[in-house]
Amino acid sequence: MVTNVISFGRSGLYDWIVQRISAVVILLYVLCHAAIILSTPDMDYVRWRALFADTGMRFFSLVALAALCAHAWIGIWTIATDYLTSRILGPKATFIRFLFLLICLGTIVVYFIWGIMILWSA
Amino acid sequence: MQVSIYRYNPETDLKPSMQDFQVEIPNDKDIMILDVLALVKEQDDSVAYRRSCREGVCGSDGINMNGINGLACITPISAVTKKDKLILRPLPGLPIVRDLVVDMTAFYKQYERIKPYLQNDEATPAIERLQSPEDRAKLDGLYECILCACCSTNCPSFWWNPEKFVGPAGLLQAYRFLADSRDTHTEERLADLEDPFSVFRCRGIMNCVAVCPKGLNPTKAIGHIRSMLMERGA
Ligand code: SF4
Ligand code: SF4
Repeated sequence: MVTNVISFGRSGLYDWIVQRISAVVILLYVLCHAAIILSTPDMDYVRWRALFADTGMRFFSLVALAALCAHAWIGIWTIATDYLTSRILGPKATFIRFLFLLICLGTIVVYFIWGIMILWSA
Repeated sequence: MQVSIYRYNPETDLKPSMQDFQVEIPNDKDIMILDVLALVKEQDDSVAYRRSCREGVCGSDGINMNGINGLACITPISAVTKKDKLILRPLPGLPIVRDLVVDMTAFYKQYERIKPYLQNDEATPAIERLQSPEDRAKLDGLYECILCACCSTNCPSFWWNPEKFVGPAGLLQAYRFLADSRDTHTEERLADLEDPFSVFRCRGIMNCVAVCPKGLNPTKAIGHIRSMLMERGA
């Protein structure tokens, strides 16, 4: 019923669920790291490296990174379709929104790839 | 009392303005805002507003009173004013026809879209479609809506996307028919609501609940629709 140039025909339900699950994953990741940092007062580079050498932690980090990227994209897309509309910006809106989303998507993809490279490089 | 009223006639005015009136409230009684408007109209009969039943049943005099949406006929002065000042504006977010009268087309279109009538493909019974008292009870808190638009015009998501987001009033009615045991079009109704806008633009801030003059809870109905969509998707 609703068509939008850049909604990619997604389902609102799917977005909604992804947004909730990714939020929980991000929260768990933050809490996990807060606990590690607080319980290791003498954290140094060697310990920090060792922490991320662990495959479990790498995997968790990767999942958290993916959750963060998905969460960011859905959020940004929602904001853009709320505020960057022809109601607010006039006829240029579609172009501006498209450009804005393209830049955001590009940034998110770069961050994701860069994150994978950092996590699995050493 | 000082009453400040939003004035705009799109045919003659370049832009809207606020006009102040000094209104003498008889015996300082706590009268309804609609009565205040009648006193203003005695001073200047060009002030335009909608009203009909003047007892909170028809839903035509929804306006914004000191920043709060409500029905002028059942809102006493004391409910919206602290100091001796009253600011009356049209319901926010809709085009202005004149002064406090708004163009409700976008609101009604969303209502129409959710097909606000029973759809049943089963053979028509000889007398009527019966419903158990329990099934009937599921419609309480839903059917009472008088379509005053106080809720939808208080909802930011509806301000931003009035063509795509159904809005609290429409969604309350969407759920009223989803919940009705006599309606057999549940699947089609849900399929029409699954996109990212119709239901899912609701951010659950409950601005709608805060102003409904009938004490209804669109946010809760929206939650039920979301659960139904989840079950359908699972
Ligand atoms: S709870 Fe949903 S429908 Fe109600 S005002 Fe907020 S966004 Fe609008
Ligand atoms: S839900 Fe309440 S505020 Fe909204 S249109 Fe119906 S009666 Fe008015």
